[in-house]
Amino acid sequence: MILTEQQQAVLNGEKGDVLAKVMKTLVMYGEAFGAEKMVPVSSKYNHLVTSFGLKALGPVYDLMNQLISTGALSTQKFSVDPRPLDKNVPSNFLQDFIFNNFMYSKQDFYEGQLKDLGLLSEDAFTCTCYMDEVGNKPEKGEILSWAESSAVVYANSVLGARCNRNSGIIDLFGSVVGMVPYFGLLTDEGRKATWVVKIETTKKPEAQLLGSAIGMKVMEDVPYVVGLDKWIGTELTDAACTYLKDFGAATASNGAVGLYHIDKLTPEAVEQGENLIKEGAQVYVIDDAELERVKASYPVIWKNPDAKPKLCFMGCPHMSLQQLKDWTDKVEAALRESDNKKVVIPTVFTAAPGVLKEFEKTDYAARLKATGVITSYICPLMYMNNPLCTKMPVITSSNKLRTYTTARYYTDEEILEQITKGGK
Amino acid sequence: MKEFKGRVVTPGTVTAEALVTHGGLNTLASFQKALQFGDKKATCGDQNNPDLYGKQMLGKALCLPQTIGSTTGGMVLYCACSMKRQPACMLFSNHIDSLAAAGAILADVWLEDVTMPVIDCLGDEFLEYVKDGMKITVKEDGNVVVE
Repeated sequence: MILTEQQQAVLNGEKGDVLAKVMKTLVMYGEAFGAEKMVPVSSKYNHLVTSFGLKALGPVYDLMNQLISTGALSTQKFSVDPRPLDKNVPSNFLQDFIFNNFMYSKQDFYEGQLKDLGLLSEDAFTCTCYMDEVGNKPEKGEILSWAESSAVVYANSVLGARCNRNSGIIDLFGSVVGMVPYFGLLTDEGRKATWVVKIETTKKPEAQLLGSAIGMKVMEDVPYVVGLDKWIGTELTDAACTYLKDFGAATASNGAVGLYHIDKLTPEAVEQGENLIKEGAQVYVIDDAELERVKASYPVIWKNPDAKPKLCFMGCPHMSLQQLKDWTDKVEAALRESDNKKVVIPTVFTAAPGVLKEFEKTDYAARLKATGVITSYICPLMYMNNPLCTKMPVITSSNKLRTYTTARYYTDEEILEQITKGGK
Repeated sequence: MKEFKGRVVTPGTVTAEALVTHGGLNTLASFQKALQFGDKKATCGDQNNPDLYGKQMLGKALCLPQTIGSTTGGMVLYCACSMKRQPACMLFSNHIDSLAAAGAILADVWLEDVTMPVIDCLGDEFLEYVKDGMKITVKEDGNVVVE
């Protein structure tokens, strides 16, 4: 890699050993992918993936301490993924004991480190930092140093920003030195599609299921999706962005997609159209049968596959304000149909603290509360990430949550049926 | 015996017993027991990986196509190395992915007493040839001997 004099000086230790190590890490990381230069991070804020004070991450806290004690702090303020704990979310005594005293006993300590390093605010804990209510929304063309997979794929695809699928810690290092290696999704060539995905369904495909199918097929490649505009339009409306948020999270977790293009809709596809498709791109046709096949392929890893669900999580990634409102209407209507007053399975809708604050200002909040649904800023994935929860029959319409935990996937319609009308 | 030419991501030499996965290694799921529940042998906890589930990863020559899963993966690998619960080496048939590269490089740069050679681009034939229990020797130049 060719470094500028200034970059070389940092690498040589002229600004201290710790900053030299940060630079060396990024240079080696870039060289592993053929990067020939470093480029400045140009977004206003960063976003970090590591939000949880897991006791087992001692080595990470030690590394953070080295940064803090030597003044090698983030040059940008940053938001961070959701907190792993929220007392609003149902849990029993044993779970609380394990969460607070065993698993996440370092939460307060780690949040202190995040503040020292450059945390944006007390409310900056969400995986959907790009929501208007949160305010960390990059502009088209800006270079980012993010790692949260669902946020990276959204920023690249829907906002047209440029970010690689980085790992935790690397995300922070990028804003400590203010630059990242130039490779992959930062380059024009790396943003070209090597897959054409043709949507030939007879109804609007479920976002989380479609994303899953595409992720599992193309893995880390860039897909160019044709035919989705028929179902979600050609404008990046609130509804389209929400759809793409959930779709993208599934592509990123069920595969390793960091960027997708939607024909006639996402910014680069609108500008460049099929010029974004590389010669020799493979083709994947998705029809109703293919989506059914993908859904049927998900393993059920509950001990008792017929168990009655004990909890339902919606909002991985966190829900948008409009999603919370739409689901309030849907839950109310379904409860009226079923003659139930409240949901029959404990249900948690998760969203960013900023989104929840705005939601609380609307009359929907009281209406949703009346249905028995709980709202929370928690990370469902972190909640599920312990031995007690792995034995719990939890349902979700999040394909990311399904992939990383024992939660069982159902479509939105099936979830609505289950939480309002009961059943297994 | 067969020798495969790879590319050095992080340097070092080692001889160890092969442990092979033909599917991607989900780093978070695989090392969860080692990190959270004090499993010093680093038993693979990924139920979705039939090649590795329940097997000890500590000290093995881990042969794999790539890593998959959460973008905390690099950080998890770094922690496993720091806690001395890492494989002896990681040998990728494909080009290394960004998460594994981050973990390996973080360990190489930030941990003075840990060596975990990482070689990538060994090719599909490598992963077809190598089997659990075979003796693996990693050389400084990225060549890998399987016997």
